[in-house]
This record gives sequence, structure tokens and C-alpha cells, in this order.
Amino acid sequence: MSQGLSPIAFLTRTRRRGRIGVTDILSWAWLILGTLAVLVPVVWAGLSSFKPAAEITRFPPTLLPRAAVQQTVPGFDAPLSLWTVDVDGQRREMAMVRRIGLKAQMIDPSNPGPPVSVDVKNIAPVQRLTIATENYTDPLTRFDFLTFLQNSVFVTFVATLLTLVVNALAAFALSKYRFRGEKAIFVLIISTLMIPLTVVMVPAYLVVVGVGLVDSLWGIIIPTVASPTGVFLLRQYMLTIPDELIEAARVDAASEFRIFWRIVLPLTAPALAVLAIFSVLWRWNDFLWPLIVLSSRENFTLQVGLNAFQGEFSVQWNYILAMTFLSLAPVTVVFLFLQKYITTGIAGTGMK
Amino acid sequence: MSTPKATDLGGRALDFVMGVVEAPINGFERLMGRKRMPYLFLAPNLILFGIFTFLPIAIAVGYAFTGGTGLFVSERPFVGFDNFRQLLQCEDYLRPGSCRESLFWTAVWNTLWFVGFNVAATLLVALVTALILNRAMAARGFFRAMFFYPVLLSPVVIGLIWKWFLDRNGLLNAFLQMLGVPPEIFLLDVGWSRFFVVVVSVWFHMGFYTLILLAGLQAIPKDLYEAASIDAASPRRTLFRITLPLLGPNLLVVLILLMIRSVQIFDEAWVLTNGGGPGTANSFIVQYIYQMAFGSDLRLFGLASAASVLMGLVLLALTLIQLRLGRKMES
Repeated sequence: MSQGLSPIAFLTRTRRRGRIGVTDILSWAWLILGTLAVLVPVVWAGLSSFKPAAEITRFPPTLLPRAAVQQTVPGFDAPLSLWTVDVDGQRREMAMVRRIGLKAQMIDPSNPGPPVSVDVKNIAPVQRLTIATENYTDPLTRFDFLTFLQNSVFVTFVATLLTLVVNALAAFALSKYRFRGEKAIFVLIISTLMIPLTVVMVPAYLVVVGVGLVDSLWGIIIPTVASPTGVFLLRQYMLTIPDELIEAARVDAASEFRIFWRIVLPLTAPALAVLAIFSVLWRWNDFLWPLIVLSSRENFTLQVGLNAFQGEFSVQWNYILAMTFLSLAPVTVVFLFLQKYITTGIAGTGMK
Repeated sequence: MSTPKATDLGGRALDFVMGVVEAPINGFERLMGRKRMPYLFLAPNLILFGIFTFLPIAIAVGYAFTGGTGLFVSERPFVGFDNFRQLLQCEDYLRPGSCRESLFWTAVWNTLWFVGFNVAATLLVALVTALILNRAMAARGFFRAMFFYPVLLSPVVIGLIWKWFLDRNGLLNAFLQMLGVPPEIFLLDVGWSRFFVVVVSVWFHMGFYTLILLAGLQAIPKDLYEAASIDAASPRRTLFRITLPLLGPNLLVVLILLMIRSVQIFDEAWVLTNGGGPGTANSFIVQYIYQMAFGSDLRLFGLASAASVLMGLVLLALTLIQLRLGRKMES
């Protein structure tokens, strides 16, 4: 629709040609402010995650990640910090040797002679754009985040695979067969939609302890595999597959499982894709249930690990924000590519 | 397509796995007949639901009547309604301090206030956004996606992002300083922290409700608007006489859904406020249940179950209202 429009025409387009009403202005103001409200906290956290530890607590903060520049100067063991110095109306870059009260002793790094004493009012630190990659590499190597990441990937992948198979089987039975108790079973499954985790979390934990899955990744995978939303979504889709296809396969003496596997499942691919996207998002973001079930550190998922880490190292915001971004990145990528499926899927089923 | 060998190998592996799985299932079919197959296909799902959903419900009710700190029913003495009595005994329900379980009543009141403000704010923001996006608007898809993006993030991530935004050295304080306002540690102030728990919740979830309301708005027949414009009805009149009445049922569904979800506030508030702080200013019912059952070494499963049962009853009532409304909408 908007193809071939100039940007100006695009931005100034209104409902009634040629007139920009108050409503239009207010609408655009609302949308732009809303977009800023969504983006600013996320982008701010993202920019901060690249700041070195020394810079992240600077107030007022700089927008972009920057750090003081240091340089090794012959004759000094440790690298010296670089400053811009105003001497006699001239601006020069010099290295600071030491600072005594209101005076700083500076030398020229390229031509070290005797130090010059300068008033601290006349100097400012030299800063360059720096990306502190150690914020990302340190937690993965020195702390347990690689383990958390592996656990999250494992849980997300296995749980999604099982969710697809188990719920597709149930949906197949509920859409392609007539049998006693069909309706009752369907209502029973759908009714579990009404039971939120928060109400049954205490006894569900006891059951998980009882079956010996406590503090294991399987303890967070298996209880979440059967999904009423999944059964509902897949069943509604399978109802649209013509029964004649199945009858024809039976004439050819195909077994029921082969019909499911070779005919129904491939035809359900679009609905399976939607369920897979949701399942991945649910598992990746899940917090309360893993928080209850997992107790030892080597079993933590990314979300639980992140929560534990911020409790223990609450001052190390550079690490916390970097790992927050590591957790947010895959979701953002999924959303950028599959935005249409996700929004139409939600509008169609009302699920989240 | 680009790697035919890999897909071929994957396909063959899958065929092999399926061959192994298929054999016993086909055996079952030959033995029991085709008519019994749907039960076999339903079995994994129903077994999982039975163990991890229906069994817990039964246990929840049972545990609410037992005491002690034992894990299994055999280790737990029957105490009748003691847990409920402990939760509900109170001199003055408006003052949680006068209740036997003052933490519970603090949580109840915090939750009620949160639900009130959160439902009102989310509904308002989502409705206005949906109405704007429903106009013949350029870049509608972009804005819809933008507002929806936070819905997909994890509550932990959202809690941390906002905690950093509201930090003493955060962007909000930097902005306030530019305006000459002294910095504030928002999350250590009772009033501000409660305010921002609502803000973060609206920020997190409004995109979801906007989407539902937008779908409702787009289902309103266009000829009604044409008729209104022929009658030269003012935009305000069109809004109050056509749009809102026809959107009414959707609004009610969204309202109930919002209430059901708001009552269960936990994850993002827990991370944002460091577990309900400052003090107990942001401690909600789910947090109370979590702390009684799993926090520190309390392990008061009976009390936690009793609180779960009470919350479950409230949610059930809300759900039944929602179902009743849904049926009314259909007829």
C-alpha cells in the first residue's frame, strides 16, 4: 500500500486528504511516545551492557559506552591515563603521572621530559568509544552462565519437541476419530486452561518430588509438556484436513500411526510451527516453575541463574545487563522474523 | 536444499526412529483393533495431565487440612480447618497488623490495590492504542509489533531492565537531573516502588490486550461507520454510539482476563523489587504462597496450600464469570 510513497507523504498522510486534524496529531504523539517508552529502557540497558565496570556507575551517565584511554609511557611501569590539557591557550593530549591536590603532573607521552604541573580545572579525561566485550565473555567463562545457557537451550529444545509430538497425537485422536468419551476428554483437557500454575504450584512440587524429578531438568520439562492450548490449536487445524485422505490411506492398508505420521502431521505443519514458536518462548522465559523445582546451581536455567546472580552480585551491573541481553537476543531475533505469525496466532486463539 | 546430504541423513535417522516407534504401536493396533487407537494416542497427554495437573489439585485441597512440615501425606497430621482459621483470623481486616497472619493480609491488600490500578491503567492504555491503530493508519503493522514486543520478553529480563532504568545512577535520574530535580532511589520508596510495579506491568502486558481489542475493533462492520458519516455524526458520537457499545463484549472479556492475570502478579515484581521490597510494600499473594512453601526453611505446605485454595476460589469465580459472558456473547 505504501509502496512508492515519498517519506514526507508517508509521514504526513492523514485520513482526510490535505487536512491534519488535532486527532491526527494526538494519535501520532501517542504512538511515538509509546514507541519511545518501549524502546528507551531496552536500548538503554543494551548500551549499558557494553560499558566497562568503571564507567557503568558514572552519574550522569554517558549515552554511548566509553572508557578512559590509557597509554604506556617509557619510564613508567603502569599505563598512564590520557587527558586533554589546556596550557597557554593550547590544547594538548598529555598523560597524568600523579595528582596532588588541585595540581596534576602531566607529561607528553610521545616525548617524555620533566613533568609539567597543571591546574586540574584545565584538564579533562580523553575518552574513546569502547565496547567492553569482557562483560559478555567473563560471565560465560568465569561464572556459570555457560552452564545456565546450555540448560536453557536443552530444556527449550527437548520440551518443544515433546510438546509437539504429545499434543499432536492427542489432537489427532480428538479430531479424526469417533469414540466413547471423546467429548468428555476434550472438555477435561480444555478445562485445565483454567488452572493456573500459581494455584497448584505447591502440590505440583510435591508430585515432582514424589516421582523423583526434583532438581533435575526433566522436572521442568515433563510437567509442562501436555498443553491444553496446544491440543486445542492443533485439533482445530486438523479438523480442516479432509477425512477422505485418511479413508484412502486405510484402503491402502496403512496403519493408523503411519496415517498420523505420513499424512496428518505434514498437513498440520503451519499450526505446528505456531505452537513451536510459542513453546520456545514459554520455555525460554519460564521463571516461577524452574525457580521452585531447581535447587542446585549446575541445573539452573538462564532465567533462574540471572535472578540468583543479581541477588549475589547486585553491584556488577555490567555483567547482569550483558547476561540480560544474552537472554533477550534470541527472543528478539525470533520476533523480528516471525512477527506476523506470532501476532496473528495470538489474535486467533487468545493465547499467550 | 543447499545441503541435500545433511537433510537426507536427518530424514533417514528420523525414519529409523519412527520405524522403531511404529512397530509396537502397530502391534497394539493388530491386537486391540483400530477402534481403540484414539485411546492410545491420547494416553501420553492424559497421563501427564493426570499426574501433573489433576493430582496436584486433589492434593492441594487435601494438604490445606494438614499441618506440620513433613513432605508426604503420611507424615502430616490432620488439622481440620486450622490453616484457614490461621489465615482468616483477624480483628480488623483493614489493618493487617491486627491479623494472626499479618503477612497474608498485607499481601492481600497489596494485591487488591495492584489489581485495581493495574487493570484500570492497562485497559485504558490498551483501548486508546487499539482505537488509534484501528484508524486507517500508515505504519500500523510497525506500531502493533512495537507495542507487542515486550509481551515476548521474560519477566526476569523485564525486571532487570527496569531496575537498571530506575537505578540511582540510571537514565531516569539522569533525565530528572537535567530538569533540576534531585535524584531519587525509586525502588526504595514505598510509594514510587508501588507506582513503578504498575508501570512495568502495563509496559509488559499492554501489547497483548491491544491486540485482542484491535481484533474486536476490526470485526465491527464497516457499513455502520459509513452510515454514521452519511448522517454527519461527530467522531465523538461515533465512538460512544457505535465503537464502544459494539466493542463492549470484548472489553468485558479483556477486563476479566486482566483481573485473573493481575491477581497472580509475581515474577517481574519479585525481580524488580528484590522480593517484595521495600519491606513488604510489594509483597503479593503468590509471593506469600511461595515464601511459606519454599522460602527459607519454613516449608509450611499446609498454610501455603490453604492460601492457594483461597486464591484458586477467587480465580474460579472470575473464570466462571468470563465463561458466562462468553456464552452471552455467542447468543
